[in-house]
Amino acid sequence: MSAGVGVDLENLWIRFGDFVAVRDANVHIKGGDFFSFLGPSGCGKTTILRAVSGFLEPSEGNVLIGGNNMKGIGPNKRPTALIFQNLALFPLMKVWENISFSMEIAGASAKERRKRADELLDMIALSDQGDKLPSELSGGQRQRVAIARALCAEPDVLLLDEPLSALDLKLRQHMRTELREIQKRVGITFIYITHDQGEALTMSDDIAVMRAGVIDQIGDGKTIYNDPATAFAASFVGENNVFRGKVLEVNGNEALIRTNRSGDLRSRISTANLGKLAVGDDAMMFIRPEALDLAPTGTKGENFVTAQVTHEEFEGNTFNIFMEGDGGKEIKVAIPNHGQSFDDHTGQAMTLEYEVDNAVAVPAGELAAE
Amino acid sequence: MPSFLKDFFNRNGTLMGSLMLGLVLFWTVGLIILPQLSMLDFSFRPNLPPPEIGGPKDVYTLENYKYLVFGPEGGSQDYNAVDLKVFFRTLVAAVCVTIFNLILCYPIAYYLGQTKGNHIRILALMLIIPYWINEILRAFALRIIFGESGVLNTILVGSGIFDTPFDFIRNDIALYAGLGYAYILLMIFPIYNVIESLDHNQIEAARDLGAPWWRIHKRVVIPYAKPGISSGCTMVFMLSAGALAAPQILGGPSSLWFTQLIYQQFNDNSDWPQGAAYAVVLLVTCILLVLAVMRLFKVNMGDIGK
Ligand SMILES: Nc1ncnc2c1ncn2[C@@H]1O[C@H](COP(=O)(O)OP(=O)(O)OP(=O)(O)O)[C@@H](O)[C@H]1O
Ligand SMILES: [Mg+2]
Repeated sequence: MSAGVGVDLENLWIRFGDFVAVRDANVHIKGGDFFSFLGPSGCGKTTILRAVSGFLEPSEGNVLIGGNNMKGIGPNKRPTALIFQNLALFPLMKVWENISFSMEIAGASAKERRKRADELLDMIALSDQGDKLPSELSGGQRQRVAIARALCAEPDVLLLDEPLSALDLKLRQHMRTELREIQKRVGITFIYITHDQGEALTMSDDIAVMRAGVIDQIGDGKTIYNDPATAFAASFVGENNVFRGKVLEVNGNEALIRTNRSGDLRSRISTANLGKLAVGDDAMMFIRPEALDLAPTGTKGENFVTAQVTHEEFEGNTFNIFMEGDGGKEIKVAIPNHGQSFDDHTGQAMTLEYEVDNAVAVPAGELAAE
Repeated sequence: MPSFLKDFFNRNGTLMGSLMLGLVLFWTVGLIILPQLSMLDFSFRPNLPPPEIGGPKDVYTLENYKYLVFGPEGGSQDYNAVDLKVFFRTLVAAVCVTIFNLILCYPIAYYLGQTKGNHIRILALMLIIPYWINEILRAFALRIIFGESGVLNTILVGSGIFDTPFDFIRNDIALYAGLGYAYILLMIFPIYNVIESLDHNQIEAARDLGAPWWRIHKRVVIPYAKPGISSGCTMVFMLSAGALAAPQILGGPSSLWFTQLIYQQFNDNSDWPQGAAYAVVLLVTCILLVLAVMRLFKVNMGDIGK
């Protein structure tokens, strides 16, 4: 497999009038990586992708593809291919003509084009469907045709703008695996955009978490999930319980936090904030629902939380307990279902325990909208 | 009763349904089909003074059609060269006006349809408002622009580009401009309608795959806009071939439009059968031409209605 062509964003700013859509983005994407931009709707993901593909000139900063500055190079001249949020297949062309459109532009003969289209159709498991129109295919099939059409242009970088968002859950999960496999096979760089953290975590080598035009954190899935750099990253990626408070002590990579409701709690400081989070700072501590466990009621300590149960639910693989939490948010506890008996605790006070290493403290900041 | 009729009555009620159906029938049959049939009937009859109508001389004949081709019986020429020339020139000119209009209107329609923002509505309004003015007044306005001492000549001569005024009217430039201008909206709006519904991502997708702008139009936009283009072209062609006001006002003294011949037959010569025959020939030829072109470009009749 070739090393692939990398993409760099250097001090990238994009403004629409007074509105800043992307603020000082610096990203290094390694050649051959599957890189995701993850963020809520409207945070500027599509805008970044359009800057990479060339449909939008950055207000400031540079886009480098394979080390070459792309300034002034139009989208039809860049070694990228974009898969649109709505696919944008050409409705009046047959599937094979859609796929081989880039070759038609390059002046290839119909015979060559058909041959290449058939190879790609084999690859996406749609052999013999080449003579159909896109409207005669299912959603997942159209999806694959869009991928084949982009791959036929032999781009160095494939850009995908939430290509799975229109599909139903089952198909989406299936297509995740398929996309990842295709990426490994062709070995080119994929830049993938999504607001679905599950997609980002399962497919990506690296993820950039975006919030309102700002990139909060870049890292692999495990880092993002276990060691978030900001309150936003902690609350946006996966479910998380938040405890607000002030830093009381810092010992090495641990902090003691005086929380608003749950007493003094001990937590690990996230790597990005080591040496930055200081005594007296407003902080937020995050513990995942699956990292909390039931403890004998009334136990006290720096890794015990006691609160009132508001309601419970049975989700199949877990029992979920919801307790009164900080600032109107509930604390969620997920107890794995091993077939044990399970009493209703609604209205009672319960005590939870956690391992200090599973709690992570970051400076207080904006949380993701639920 | 066919199911679509049943649906129609269920939706609108029996009374309202019958009323609407009745009005539509009255409109198509009473106001379009019957008068045209009577024209057709006229065209096959000799021009007789009123007392002789229905008399022994009132028989079906091809005289009127022969006249267009061969001219008056015992005339000096083998063919009715004058009228035939006018006929073909009208058709060719109408085709030219249509093509010219298409070339002019397609970019405008594309721009209107694919650009977002409030200024588009203002632009569209600016295109529409001049059409509140009566067709005849608009034609005279063009006469003022193109006339010998008109605005254009004043500018051209004044700025020294031409030494003497150019006769735009005698050279039929005013006529073509007038005809083109008269039906611009009928070309723009059908094309605008389809192009507006074209997903802009398709244009970007084509560009992203390496297509230069003209390839994007050739392969993506024009095929998509084909129904609008054909309906615009059909209307402009039919209407300019059948135009009367613009040729009357803007045509040069020597160049007649075929509709003017028809008008003369009806009005000056009081020869309704002859006029009817000319009108029928023009109508049928235009329809055949449109059908042939539609077949050439593989357009369906259903698309025209879009
Ligand atoms: N052409 C434009 N003019 C003005 N503002 C724009 C333009 N394009 C995007 N924006 C703004 O920039 C912000 C980011 O838009 P963008 O399309 O990148 O969001 P996104 O992260 O892709 O969201 P989604 O997940 O909903 O697709 C939005 O607030 C949007 O309103
Ligand atoms: Mg988007």
